[in-house]
Amino acid sequence: MMWLLFIYFATVGLVAAVLTVSLRNPVHCALALLTLLLHMAGLFVMLNAEFLAMVQIIVYAGAILILYLFVLMLMNLKTEEQHLHKKYSYVLFAGLGILGELFILLMLSPFGGTLGTATPDVILETGPSHAVGITMFSDYLLLFEIVGVFLLGAVIGAIVLAKTPVVKAENQEPASSSTP
Amino acid sequence: MIPLSAYVALSAVLFMTGLIGVLIRRNFIVVLMSVEIMLNAANINLVAFSHYLDSMAGQMSALFIIAVAAAEASLGLAIIIVIFRRKMATNVDQINVLKW
Repeated sequence: MMWLLFIYFATVGLVAAVLTVSLRNPVHCALALLTLLLHMAGLFVMLNAEFLAMVQIIVYAGAILILYLFVLMLMNLKTEEQHLHKKYSYVLFAGLGILGELFILLMLSPFGGTLGTATPDVILETGPSHAVGITMFSDYLLLFEIVGVFLLGAVIGAIVLAKTPVVKAENQEPASSSTP
Repeated sequence: MIPLSAYVALSAVLFMTGLIGVLIRRNFIVVLMSVEIMLNAANINLVAFSHYLDSMAGQMSALFIIAVAAAEASLGLAIIIVIFRRKMATNVDQINVLKW
């Protein structure tokens, strides 16, 4: 049963990723990316990370992807006949080569590492959200605050960048005759 | 029980798909979407290791990666809007100067 679910989520996610990369219309690409994100949330649930799955759906699918779709609608892109670079086949070969190398490394590497204390039984005792919250506000408190400041900086930067520029008449004229 | 290598293999394939997408697409919004695919592949890796090693650190990293992805998307799209307004360019190979 777990294998069936894994195979379903993995195949649909992979097909959605390939469609995101290869579809012509950018809006269709965004919808394929949405499919990918939802199936990855399903994989997170299988890995005992329910809170992360919900965050994935709310933040990724609900906020980030909607931002992408808004910008796509704003720019009103037309479907282009040439949506890939001219010499993309070289990149495809290189990518498949790197993928093969990754698989070889994966097969060669031993799986080791020290086990932690958060076994599934410990997590399920109080619930995954509780475990995430306790860890986030004890061990990762400083990182959490830093991410808050970081997001604030990113939002301010985005607003400053995308603001409608004030049209200055002096910019078109030579500098000597502009201002009195 | 699904082995850890299944998740790692899935994440490797997804990462390569995103990387190829970054390299071959011309539309810059789709390039940003491919970056999101790569970030998601890293997330799967982190959560799988977090589950199999009985540790919460991987889930925490994945949460922070999602926050960073949100910041990256907002800034990247703001830059794209500025470029589109100035130059009406929609493809990455049309943006070939640093200042205009």
